[in-house]
Amino acid sequence: MASAQSGTLYRGDTTGMWSWVAHRISGMLIFLFLLVHVLDTALVRVSPEAYNEVIGHYKTVVFGLGEVGLVAAILFHALNGLRLILVDFWSQGPKRQRSLFWGVVVVWVVLMAGFLPRHLMHMFGA
Amino acid sequence: MSTTSIPDPSTRYRRTGQRGLNAEMLSWLFMRASGMLLVILVFGHLFVNLWLGQGVQGIDFAFVGGKWSSPFWQVWDLLMLWLGLIHGGNGVRTIINDYARGDRLRMVLKALLYFAVIVTVILGTLVIFTFDACPAGADPSLLPSFCEG
Ligand code: HEM
Ligand code: HEM
Repeated sequence: MASAQSGTLYRGDTTGMWSWVAHRISGMLIFLFLLVHVLDTALVRVSPEAYNEVIGHYKTVVFGLGEVGLVAAILFHALNGLRLILVDFWSQGPKRQRSLFWGVVVVWVVLMAGFLPRHLMHMFGA
Repeated sequence: MSTTSIPDPSTRYRRTGQRGLNAEMLSWLFMRASGMLLVILVFGHLFVNLWLGQGVQGIDFAFVGGKWSSPFWQVWDLLMLWLGLIHGGNGVRTIINDYARGDRLRMVLKALLYFAVIVTVILGTLVIFTFDACPAGADPSLLPSFCEG
């Protein structure tokens, strides 16, 4: 295993490295959310009141901003995941990984632009 | 006199001695296959629950009752639950393998991870299949409209 003591031979480009770091952090985050999310959904088996009470928190401004972060993370993880699949299976993938990364960024911005205003409208009841 | 043997330059470089099917290769393949399905499942989930209608503001017990009275959304959520937790759990396993140095720490973290994944998968599955949209004695104003009568 590479370590600070033994040094590493990594000579990859920085786009690949940072997208890998972001992929890892976003994946970890979504996983933790999912564990909590199955618990909050399980409250439908307790009572309608218990479920509505807890899910009501999702409608507050603080949680609303958290949802923006969650959607941002999942959109990135999903799109970058598709990029990784292309790099692995498409013959042109490894050569084009950098352009594919910018493709991920562009599609991410487009999807966020479709989500964000609508979500803010829901949050602030416009 | 020994002769030096030079390997055939056309033999392919192999990182490990493993060939053919093995657990890590299946895990690698699973991450990619489940990832492609999860794009559809999770994007659909977020589109229906956060974008359509009133978004988060529209979510309550009656909303869930409406969705889970249809086998379509039951199967959708069941697939998302299993694939999401196994994909995410397998991903976190990789992360633990990368960063937890001591054998004991690594074992403890992985035991906790497997425990959390198994409990959550079972809980989520039970919730989908035992869900009752019209529980007896509940305040009718909180239930989906089809509960009346
Ligand atoms: C803030 C965003 C989210 C909201 C408001 C939300 C809301 C809900 C709601 C209302 C349900 C009940 C059933 C249904 O509507 O289908 C549910 C169930 C579920 N959601 Fe989400 N969700 C969100 C994000 C996610 C994400 C990102 C994932 C996957 C990684 C996910 C995975 C699931 C699963 C697996 C279930 C079924 C749980 C069970 O079996 O008990 N959700 N969600
Ligand atoms: C929405 C569609 C998704 C796609 C296309 C996708 C794709 C991928 C791919 C291809 C990998 C493997 C990366 C590698 O082998 O280096 C991966 C890793 C991972 N994914 Fe996903 N994924 C998705 C959803 C999710 C969800 C819902 C979770 C959490 C519950 C998650 C958590 C993780 C984690 C923790 C890793 C490990 C990261 C690492 O080893 O650095 N992913 N994902």
